[in-house]
Amino acid sequence: MINYQTTTTIVSWVVFIPIIGVGSILITIGLRYLFKIDKKIADNLSRLISLISTLLAFILSLKMWGFFETGMNTLQFVHRFVWIENFNIEYFLGIDGINIALVILTTFITLIACIASVPWWGHVDDRHFSKRMTPGYMILLLILETGMLGTFCALDFFLFYIFWEIMLLPMYFLIGVWGGPRKEYAAIKFFLYTLAGSVLMLLAMIAIYYASEPFILADGRLAHHTFNIPALTASGQSGLFARANPILGFAFAKVVWIALFIGFAIKIPMFPFHTWLPDAHVEAPTPISVILAGILLKTGGYGILRFNFQLLPEATKWAAAAMAVFGMINIVYAAYVCMAQSDLKKLIAYSSVSHMGFVLLGYAAFTPQAISGAVFQMVAHGLISPMLFLIAGVIYDRAHTREIGEFGGLANKMPEYTGLVGLAFMASLGLPGLAGFIGEVLVFLGAFPVYKVFTIISATSVVITAAYYLWTIHRMFLGKFNEKWSALWDVNWRERFTLYPLAALIIFFGFYPMPIFNLISNSLNPLISVIIASGKLP
Amino acid sequence: MSPAESLKYFNPELIMTGFLLLIIVVSLWKNYKGRRLALSLIAFAGLFFTSFALIQSAGENILIFHNLYACDPFSRFFKMIFLLCGGFIVLIVFQAREIKEKHLGEFYGILLSLILGMFLLVSSSNLLMIYLSLEFVSITSYVLTGFNRNDRRSSEAALKYVIYGGVVSGIMLFGMSYFYGLFGTLEIPAIKKGLIAALSTPYEASRPGSVQAMRLTVLAASIFVFAGFGYKMAAVPFHMWCPDVYEGAPTPFTAFLSIAPKIAGLAAFCRFLLTGFFENISNFLPVTEIPWGAILGILAAATMTLGNLSAISQNNVKRLLAYSGVAHCGYILMGLSALSGEGLFAFYFYSVVYLFMNLGAFVIVIIIREKTGQENIEAYKGLGVREPFIAVSFAVFLFSLIGIPPLAGFIGKFYLFAAVIHKAQAWYYLLAIIGILNSVISLYYYARIIKAMFIEKAVDEQPLQIFSFQKLVTFVLLIPIFIFGIYWQPLAKVATFLF
Repeated sequence: MINYQTTTTIVSWVVFIPIIGVGSILITIGLRYLFKIDKKIADNLSRLISLISTLLAFILSLKMWGFFETGMNTLQFVHRFVWIENFNIEYFLGIDGINIALVILTTFITLIACIASVPWWGHVDDRHFSKRMTPGYMILLLILETGMLGTFCALDFFLFYIFWEIMLLPMYFLIGVWGGPRKEYAAIKFFLYTLAGSVLMLLAMIAIYYASEPFILADGRLAHHTFNIPALTASGQSGLFARANPILGFAFAKVVWIALFIGFAIKIPMFPFHTWLPDAHVEAPTPISVILAGILLKTGGYGILRFNFQLLPEATKWAAAAMAVFGMINIVYAAYVCMAQSDLKKLIAYSSVSHMGFVLLGYAAFTPQAISGAVFQMVAHGLISPMLFLIAGVIYDRAHTREIGEFGGLANKMPEYTGLVGLAFMASLGLPGLAGFIGEVLVFLGAFPVYKVFTIISATSVVITAAYYLWTIHRMFLGKFNEKWSALWDVNWRERFTLYPLAALIIFFGFYPMPIFNLISNSLNPLISVIIASGKLP
Repeated sequence: MSPAESLKYFNPELIMTGFLLLIIVVSLWKNYKGRRLALSLIAFAGLFFTSFALIQSAGENILIFHNLYACDPFSRFFKMIFLLCGGFIVLIVFQAREIKEKHLGEFYGILLSLILGMFLLVSSSNLLMIYLSLEFVSITSYVLTGFNRNDRRSSEAALKYVIYGGVVSGIMLFGMSYFYGLFGTLEIPAIKKGLIAALSTPYEASRPGSVQAMRLTVLAASIFVFAGFGYKMAAVPFHMWCPDVYEGAPTPFTAFLSIAPKIAGLAAFCRFLLTGFFENISNFLPVTEIPWGAILGILAAATMTLGNLSAISQNNVKRLLAYSGVAHCGYILMGLSALSGEGLFAFYFYSVVYLFMNLGAFVIVIIIREKTGQENIEAYKGLGVREPFIAVSFAVFLFSLIGIPPLAGFIGKFYLFAAVIHKAQAWYYLLAIIGILNSVISLYYYARIIKAMFIEKAVDEQPLQIFSFQKLVTFVLLIPIFIFGIYWQPLAKVATFLF
């Protein structure tokens, strides 16, 4: 095992640039009270600051992409030092094939969400969420970005947990304060579900810590136990956790695996822990739905790879079939639920649940195609679902309703919008040539030799997905035009700024997905070979 | 050590007594401008100089007054906590109109004697001394609870407190009488020696069955004694007084009551347990087979579950925080039930963190009560718009109480859970699961306040015009919540190896 030392601080800059933005916004709030600056100027200033800081984070992450050496299976851009000596906690950030794609996705989607959060470049009415308590909103959005980036980059379990929980609070407030009519219920439900998952993870984390081997910290001191993830990975892959003392009569690795998995599965969200998601999505303002679907769900998928797969290969092998079954339930069940939705946003939310099921199914197969497909599916879904939620936001901002049945014949009135909706829907239902197809087909290809029945059942969802999307297009855009909506106007520039980049990337990765595979496959393939080679648990 | 020699180790207590008397003398002058400031300054100076004397005596670890009283790092650590708590209460009372200027001298006088009582309590290494100082703390608490004589709720609370306290101290005394009857001494280390002798094989050989009888008697007696401590720390089933007293007492005193006496009770119990029932502290080898781990664990599970479940339905924020305090006592007991160095460390760490976060929460309750005259959650509606700083601070304190990173409360809770899980036994795993379920439950009722502040609409959107001094106190309390949440190494260093 390589004992990594600090090579560069660029990752820390990417992670903490949003916090610098938070500081600047706090200063503007202070200045506003001191010099009695006009509220409008202060609001615009905080919007500008958050745009600049998300843009900077995005540019820096692109720079990281440029310097990332794709041929290696080791960590790059490591920043590491001892943080708390008392419990051998290290500050340890780094990038490898598992997280690089998600880090870039995060900075990109947050930038998109930030653009969608400003009332510029197009008309919004006074009821619009972006006009209420703007500095607070921007501060929370930036803290959320730091939390997400930190979660992806942290390589010390304790640090990871801190970032993981930092994502919670801003989300609660962003849904609760700026959300729709049932925001209180949605926010507290989100909070309770995810907190329950993460405290379970906390216990698993402590158990793993006390089961770990002695390890040399960044300052050269020998520690009895460690939170260092590469060290834990090395111990886990040598079978340390498989041999550890049982918990309550069950094998240590199994119990810890399940505790971690539930924590991550709530975020994915996996059936039966998925019920917070439709509520949260429906009530959240558009940019927050974008972040929620685009990135937050991926933290769960990422966590399973980073912790369950890396640390506990034996238990992962043991639980593979269960993962596949739950993946299948997610895919098929959520697709059927979509058929019954009359609220556009709820439909998209459930389609997210369905598409995240592919990630689980792909994980469970342990074939190179399936796991690459699963990670690609995360990236693809991270581009498609934000676009879908932005689309839902466009119509809601104009009509103040999302009831599919109330619309009809919009294609004549809003041709550009209809085209974008068509593209996003086609991408989501897996039309070849668009990003959604690559992930799904690779998951099916990789999973079929291992789980024939589950894969066949899951594949039926493709038809259902096509059905509900086409039916939605039919009801909203075709048919007789409802005169009630004669005042609607087509997409404005703000919406173009957010929708077109996403659309371009969806088409680009649909034709040429290799940039993503180059980034991820070198880290993923060794991961599954360890699992396949691992022994049986007692 | 003889009394004359001991006196120099007793400096902090003597200084405290001196200032206590000074306050009484100064409060005799009535009706002049700046009386509030003068009295507050004297009280503050008293606490300050006592802390100075405490720091001076750092490093000493001896028993003084014929082994009656311990002068050790353990007691000094908790004494510093009491002084900090007292200092903040003085700052709060200085601004709080709930305590009338006419009675301010009395309030400070009794507050200082209460702190003195707690000093004696955490240092006592003799059952008699424990009983006396516990009564000292109790009686001064009764007086301060019923401080607003004309307020019916205050008087009612004081009466309930007295009755409950009287019963419990009787039970405790009864338990102590067993110890005296069995071993002929009230000194805790001597009791331990007697216990070892009585449980030894030769003694059992001479009187068959005596060991079994001895164990049972000692178990019963220790549980009776525990009643006294449990009452101070508000552990289930000795918590019933808590909500009524917290609601009725003047709010600044409630703030004090929810922190210092609770920690004092826990600390005194720790000393009783560790010096009386364990061979030495480094290996936690028990002298008898009294299952302290299980007893404390069950108490912890009951305390946190009942505290949290009762808090859910409270509408009065003081009552809500009373039950939350009960729950937090449960978390600490959970850490202590591990009976390990980690458990003790977690307790020390959590005490400091709990001091800041609970005090912070109460400061906000006091401010809101001053401005709106209400203690119900409804009074907090729309506070996020009316007073953003106060609302955000309250949210930070509450999130810290829930235990959400990167706030200090999380680190405290993390250490408590780590201590329990390190035991790696089925029972402790179960306890940890009960603990985390409770953390999730607690989120629900704390979030009710947060929801009222930020999500619900205010009836009246006018700003509250809060004194900048009170905002400053709030801000000062916020600092440690963040610092100990992000870099807590210094505090962890101080809290290691106290006993």
